[in-house]
Formats: sequence, structure tokens, C-alpha cells
Amino acid sequence: MTTIKVTRHADGEKGLDGEPRSRPKRVTYLEAIAAAQRQEMRRDPSVFIMGLDIEANVFGTTGGFLQEFGAERVRNVPLSEAGFTGAAAGAAMTGLRPIVDFNISSFMYVAMDQLISQVAKARYVFGGQASLPVVYRSAMFYHGSNAAQHSDRPYPMFMNVPGLKVIAPSGPLEAKGLLTAAIRDDNPVLCFEDATLWGSRTEVPQGDVVLPLGTAAVLRPGNDATVVAIAGSVPLSVAAAEQLAADGISVEVIDPRTLVPLDRGTILDSVAKTGRLVVVDPAHRTCGAAAEIAACVVEDGFDSLQAGIARVTTPDTHPPFSPTLEASLYPTVERIVAAVRHVVSVGSQSADA
Amino acid sequence: MLTYEQLAEAYRRLLKIRLFEEQAVIMVKNGEVAGAVHPSIGQEAAVVGTCLAVRDDDYMLGTHRSHGHPIGKGAALGPLFAELLGKSTGVCRGKGGSMHLADFSVGSLGESSIVASGLPIAAGAALSAKLRGTDQVCIAFFGDGASNEGAFHEAVNLSSIWKLPVIWVCENNGYAITTSAKDTIPVERIAQRAAAYGIPGVTVDGQDVSVVYDAVNEAVGRARRGDGPSLVELLTYRYLEHAEGMPIETVYRTENEIDSWRKRDPLTLLEATMKSDGFDNAMLTTIRAEIEQEVNSAVDFARASAFPESAEAYSDLYVGEKETVTS
Repeated sequence: MTTIKVTRHADGEKGLDGEPRSRPKRVTYLEAIAAAQRQEMRRDPSVFIMGLDIEANVFGTTGGFLQEFGAERVRNVPLSEAGFTGAAAGAAMTGLRPIVDFNISSFMYVAMDQLISQVAKARYVFGGQASLPVVYRSAMFYHGSNAAQHSDRPYPMFMNVPGLKVIAPSGPLEAKGLLTAAIRDDNPVLCFEDATLWGSRTEVPQGDVVLPLGTAAVLRPGNDATVVAIAGSVPLSVAAAEQLAADGISVEVIDPRTLVPLDRGTILDSVAKTGRLVVVDPAHRTCGAAAEIAACVVEDGFDSLQAGIARVTTPDTHPPFSPTLEASLYPTVERIVAAVRHVVSVGSQSADA
Repeated sequence: MLTYEQLAEAYRRLLKIRLFEEQAVIMVKNGEVAGAVHPSIGQEAAVVGTCLAVRDDDYMLGTHRSHGHPIGKGAALGPLFAELLGKSTGVCRGKGGSMHLADFSVGSLGESSIVASGLPIAAGAALSAKLRGTDQVCIAFFGDGASNEGAFHEAVNLSSIWKLPVIWVCENNGYAITTSAKDTIPVERIAQRAAAYGIPGVTVDGQDVSVVYDAVNEAVGRARRGDGPSLVELLTYRYLEHAEGMPIETVYRTENEIDSWRKRDPLTLLEATMKSDGFDNAMLTTIRAEIEQEVNSAVDFARASAFPESAEAYSDLYVGEKETVTS
């Protein structure tokens, strides 16, 4: 179950961002990311941020940072992904806590050797002598007519590499809470921000918001089917659940929030209750996060299952440019509803649910 | 110039590397060391001259030719041998082996086996020193082959624009396995590549430990003062094959070439220098006996140590939680 740890400070009414802490504030996903970064940079002088175009706040997550924290702690990087990825790792190994902003997830590929051979492996191969408290952030810039080279959703690849933690915030609260936890974590964390959620706006408590990594959230309890959803698929799944509720189908929606370490327990507990599972994942079908989640439930929750598992994913093709073509590929409320109806119809008393 | 004391220390470290490597080769041949090792035999002065110019709290990143660097930096030999044997008393607890030796207690932040992969890390360690306001520097070793990797160019460029206290030390031994540097590098000297990044670059004789020391020491001084990075190219040579444990059938070097470099052996050169600087044979013999003893004790320590427990395969992945690891 989800817990929000809100840390009270002894210093009075105002949160660390200067706003009165008495009421939560409606903020966007991007504002929530900025709030987490700003808060942590104020709290801990060893935190600094490097990224493409962050001095000018092109992506909306470093507004006012250069003025407040100075050029040493807020630095633009040249187009050298391997260079700055490794530099962040080296700085993390020697006492600092860098945040790296890749801007777009697809750019991470230029730094693959650094991410995998160095960041993921350093602690292990050096027998525990190294610790790398570094966060690498990027936005999955899909569903925006930016074509195949900008539209990657790479988290499944990184789930397959031991030594990394992977988070996928599904809204402003999650963005603030998970990113705060990630910055405070002494391990390397990859934060995949879903660009389809950039404008989403919800209430987020001010001050410290820490959502512990490795803990899934049950966003909506239910009894007839479990829907596990990732990143931008989460609000779609909640909408699908509301639609299905009108037809008397009660859907439990789970947001894993952290992909590595994955909270398998919460998912298995839910399937033990509902017997049916749909996994919704905007990554490609083959070897996506949905594949791993489905495999876990088959291995450890087989006796709970009353129907086969259904996945709603992006098919194994590249996002085409043409907007009408692209829109048809990603998970939608309609596809999620259809998948739930399908698993619920299998082996149940009423053939048509 | 190396002082009298520094010459003795240079000799100790050169001998440590030479004797360690000769022993390591034997242990690969007899099966005690699994996998392959990449001996630094012939390149000792390049390593030691560099390491003498820095402190224990300065940082160092190295390469797959990995044993000389931590030894030169002052790491204890026992845990290094134990690491080669895969024992739990190894400096990396048996998790890394030959190509990932690291001893953070003497600033050795790790050797990497993907060519040039450690260079961005070195830039980061230097950045960290600069941000923390210390006068620490970072030595980044790399070979001729590595100077063609993208990571090298990105790291050097970053170090220049951010004026980082890093010294890019090229152990140019003329070959990347069987591929000659002449065939892959379009400029006469790797030090010329420094100009492309606006940093000083110099090429010196890598077999003379005093010459190496002087060149690196100057670069270290520059870095400590806040004047940024430099590239020091050391012309050196490996007598043995690229790796012991990886036989190569093709002849790509001539006996003449190998012999001509053996005539400029770092140990022989240093002994000659020391004798003309007031050391007599007895002193050199004493030092040699001391180092032989140290190497032998280290080997005994490694042999007597236990292998890791099977649960160790899952440790040191993450700070904190064991339950994040699935099996």
C-alpha cells in the first residue's frame, strides 16, 4: 500500500519552497520535478545538477536554479553523453550527489557503455568500495509526433541490468516523491518521466514528500481484476476502471511506481484477491516491463490465476511520424477496457461481462 | 628531478610491479589465476614516475593493463594477489579480478576493461575535487588505442571547458593488441591531440622514471593551481604479449623491435641512474631482497585465503538492501 511520508520541520509554517505548508498545492508534473530538485539542492550542498540546456530552463524543471544555486552547481553540458554520464558517476564515487538531465530518454543510448559498464557495475566489481548516489533523469518524449529516434521508452532495457534502480512516476505527486527519494538514495537511479504527463496537474503536499522506492501504490481497490499500469498508462487505467465500474466490473489499479526494485508482493496480493491480471505498459511488447510482471505472477501466483494474463502494450514497431498512425499504437482507455472485459469473461459465470 | 629518497622509492615500486607481474604470469600459466592478465612488464617507469608525482588522496583511474597502476599508487600487494586468485580477501572481495583492481584507500578508483571507459569517470573525480574546493587531482591512464575512442575525446573536451584538475597520461606502447598505432592514429604524436582541446600536451621517454616524473609533476602542479588539465604522452613498450592467457598466433612485431626496447629496460635504466647518484650495489640488493620478501608474503597470503561464500555473488550490488536482488 502507498504511504506518503511528509517530514515536518521544526522551523515553522513555511515549506522548503517558501510556500505555507498548511495546504497542498496543485502543481504540474514538471513543477513537481522542479520542486523536488530545488528542495534537495537547498537541503544538501553536495547535490548538483548537470544537463543539456538546464541553465536556460528549456524543459521547465530548473526555473530560477542558476540564479539561486550558481554556475558551479547548475551546469549546462556539451553534447557529450558518454562524457557527462561518466563524469557524474565519477563525482558520485568521490563524495557528491549529482543529478543528470538527459532531456530525452533516447539520448541515453549514446551513453550506454557508461551507464552499464560503469554506473551499474562499479559498486559490484570493486567489491563495495564505490557507492554512486547519482540520479539520471530523462523524458520519454513519445506520442508527440517526434518520430522514432525521439520516442523511446527504454526502461525495460535497464530493468535487465543489475545494479540500477528504475522509477517511472505517473503523476505530479509521484514525480516529487519518487525523485526526492531517488536523490536521497545512495544508489544510481534512472528516472523515466513520461512526457504525456507533463501537463497533468494534481494536488501535491508542500515541503518534503518522500515516496519510498520499491513500494507500489494501490490507487483504486477492486475485486474482479487487477490492472498493473506503468507511467502514462496509469491515468488511462484509472479512467478505464471508472468506465468499467459503471458496468459492475470492479478493477483494482496498481502503480508499481518503481520498476527496479519491483514490489512483486503488492501485485501478487492483488492477483490473489482478483484472480485476473492485465498489465498496461507503453513500452514495446517484447521483453517490456509487462513481460516481467506477467512472468512473476505466473511463477509465483499461478494458483491465484483464473484466466490467462493480458498485456496492453505498444506493438513491436517504431513510432511513425504521421500523427494518425502514431496515436493508434500506444495503450488507450478503450484497449484497457477491452482487455479487462476479456480476462473477466474467461471462465466466469456470465459469458458477457 | 627525483630526490635521493624518491629514487629509492621509485626503485621499490618498479621492482614491486616487475616481480608482481612475473609472479602473476606464472600463476596464470599454472592455472591458479583464472582468465587472463595484461602484464605491465616494460611499462613500469611510465606508471611509477606518474604515481610518484601524486598523493594518496589524489585519484587515479586505469585500464585493462591493470596491475601496475594500483601497485604504483601504493596499494598493498596481498589483497591484489588475492583478488587475482578470486579470494574473499581480495581488494575487491573476488568480485572484479585482474581487470577491476581498485584500492580506494590509496585513491585507486578502479581499472576498467572497456577501453577508455574510465576516462569520463576520471573527469568526474576531478570535477568533484574542484566542486568540493580541495586541491586533489586525478590521474587518468589510457593507451594509444584508447585515444581513438569517443569517450576519450568527450572526457578530454569536458576537462578543458571546465578546467578540471585531471592529468591525461597516455602509456603509448605502440599497439592495441596486434594493431599498430601508426595505422590508426593520423598524427605523429598522441600529444598533438591535446591541442584540439586547448590543453598542453607533451611527449616524453616513458622508460626513464625521472623523465616521466618531471613531466607528470609539472602537469600535476598546473592542475593543483587551478590551471586545468594536461596530456602527457609516455613512449613505452610491453615485452610480453597483450595478455597472458590469450595466445596470439600471428607475428605482428619483430624480435629486433622487442630487443631494442629491452635494451632500455626501466629497471636497468634506474639502477644505472641510482649508481651514479650514490647508491651502491649492496643498497640495491637490499631493496630487491625486501621487495622479493614482500611479494612472497603477499603470494602466501593470497594462497592461504578462502574463496568467497556463494551468497557473495549477490552482495555489493546495492547500498543498503539485500532484498532488491532476485535469484
